[in-house]
Amino acid sequence: MAAIRTKPDHHTYTFPGFGSEKFPNLLLRGAGDLNNWHLKVYEQQHEGYVAMKAALKMEPVAVIEEVKTSGLRGRGGAGFPCGLKWSFMPKDTADRKFTRYLVCNADEGEPGTFKDRVILEYNPHQLIEGMIIGGWAMQCVTGYVYVRGEFLWLIEKLEAAIQEARDAGYLGKNILGTGWDYDILVHRGAGAYICGEETALLNSLEGRRGEPRVKPPFPAAKGAFGQPTTINNVETLAAVPPIMRMGGAEYAKIGSPKNSGTRIFGVSGHVKRPGIYELPMGTPMNFLVEELCGGSSTGKKIKAIIPGGASCPMLDEKDFDVPMDFDNLRARGSMGGSGGLIVMDEDTCIVQATLRLIRFYAHESCGQCTPCREGCNWMEMILYRIEHGEGKMEDLDLLASLTPRIGMRTLCPLGDAACGPMDSALQKFRHEFEHHITHKTCYATGSRLLSKVGAH
Amino acid sequence: MNHPQAPETSNEPLAPGQRLPESERREFSPEAIAEIQAIMAKYPDKLAATLPALHIAQREFGFVSLSAMKAVAKAIGIPEGHVFGVATFYTMYQKAPVGKYHFSVCTNISCALRGAAQLLEKVCEKTGVKPGAGPSPDGMWSVEEVECLAGCGVAPCVQVNHDVYDELVDEQKLIDMMEACKRGEYRPWAQ
Repeated sequence: MAAIRTKPDHHTYTFPGFGSEKFPNLLLRGAGDLNNWHLKVYEQQHEGYVAMKAALKMEPVAVIEEVKTSGLRGRGGAGFPCGLKWSFMPKDTADRKFTRYLVCNADEGEPGTFKDRVILEYNPHQLIEGMIIGGWAMQCVTGYVYVRGEFLWLIEKLEAAIQEARDAGYLGKNILGTGWDYDILVHRGAGAYICGEETALLNSLEGRRGEPRVKPPFPAAKGAFGQPTTINNVETLAAVPPIMRMGGAEYAKIGSPKNSGTRIFGVSGHVKRPGIYELPMGTPMNFLVEELCGGSSTGKKIKAIIPGGASCPMLDEKDFDVPMDFDNLRARGSMGGSGGLIVMDEDTCIVQATLRLIRFYAHESCGQCTPCREGCNWMEMILYRIEHGEGKMEDLDLLASLTPRIGMRTLCPLGDAACGPMDSALQKFRHEFEHHITHKTCYATGSRLLSKVGAH
Repeated sequence: MNHPQAPETSNEPLAPGQRLPESERREFSPEAIAEIQAIMAKYPDKLAATLPALHIAQREFGFVSLSAMKAVAKAIGIPEGHVFGVATFYTMYQKAPVGKYHFSVCTNISCALRGAAQLLEKVCEKTGVKPGAGPSPDGMWSVEEVECLAGCGVAPCVQVNHDVYDELVDEQKLIDMMEACKRGEYRPWAQ
């Protein structure tokens, strides 16, 4: 058994003004302090389990209404309204009783995203509290947390935290005298990015290969073990206790219209202070990158930013002022995604970066749908030959013709995700691809992104 | 999907009805069987114990060989083909032996922007093994190129066995890590 982590990590978690009214601290309370995960710290310092005790006195339907009022949108990538999702769960009727499950998606594998691990590392009880409130609202019998296999130390920490909650009487039989039985189980994944897709995750939870299912039936009708199931991201569930504490209407005032609340942004790549920043939705991207992260770490101008994890189309200079919320990013042709910003300076070779991303999708495609399985591999091979100076000008049109044949033609969004970076790189940085083809070398002069020793 | 790797078997593929040679057979210890049964009891369906049981098999036997998969199928009481399908789908189940210290180096975009490609080359140079090519002759090292380990902000990110090293690993840190491995300060692969 691994010991609970004792060495600090080097992420930045805070900034001047964090915790004030302008930048509320709802999800990252105590982040950076390795003792913060204990139940007693959470209860004594961070108003822990106050929201749960209040929620358990409310009618389940009223809890769902409160979350609907808050306007909380799913933080996993799609931005689907959380309260609405919860209300899809079938209710018990006189002649039919349901076994309902709540599943927390902690299969964080999107390149550039590292927000869920922070919650698991420093605030696991906030997630547990969110799962209890969600479980009560939907009257679930069990909550499953699907954690990616690489997070072994976080799984052990989460299990220790769950045990603390059990000992305090917050989980188990007849929770706080309500007559409601509920427990949380941790399920360890085994290294498949596709299991972050909700139906693939359910298959993996059931002990099968992580292949996405055909929808409908949607998980709310037929999910884990054939029963009605709701799947939420870690950050979504962790946002529920603050909502219940402050009230949905109050929470809805934070952030921009229709994109309420705060969100954890992870910044990586060429910035001076990479790390985790919790900001209200709709904060301008250049404020985060220039002011909080200190701008470019290399002294070179920033060329491109991927605004929400690898699957989101890249943005170039003219869009760096975009307010970061689901609707505004969509209006600029990208996505809110999972909130992981990847910053690239002007020395970064976009061809190499795109090849690295497409190689990832080719590797992680589950192989079920032909457009994704074959298409991603073809894109990788074409990009490989461009990168190695064997490309032809026709290859660019070929690449552009491939993406519409992959996107929206697969069971799950992995194929679409691969098209995002491909299309945007071709549109915005076509000259780099052309330079590669005509000069057989990179347009940018930065260090290599691809290793010389074998790729997997 | 270009990663499934056939599990290691004896030189010849098995004919129908043929058994694995004695040396390759694997049996779970009674403790491991009890652990798997406890996991089965936690889920509504025993099939759900497949992934946890394969993790246990990897811990017990060092890697998930064909016979380890058979042992899992037997312990849970499910078809061997199902276990084979699952074990070859997930990349964390090593289908061939790995070293005592297994380096997983993330080379995805965020790490690559901060020198992961060069770090991977350094790891290979220092350990003398190629990524995914099995352990070094002394059985100490193996190296694997992996996808995002969710340590993007402190890239490049390296995992040694089960512990993540997300502290901006440079050449000196890498040498320190390898020395610590040699002194036995890190958890070995099979516990």
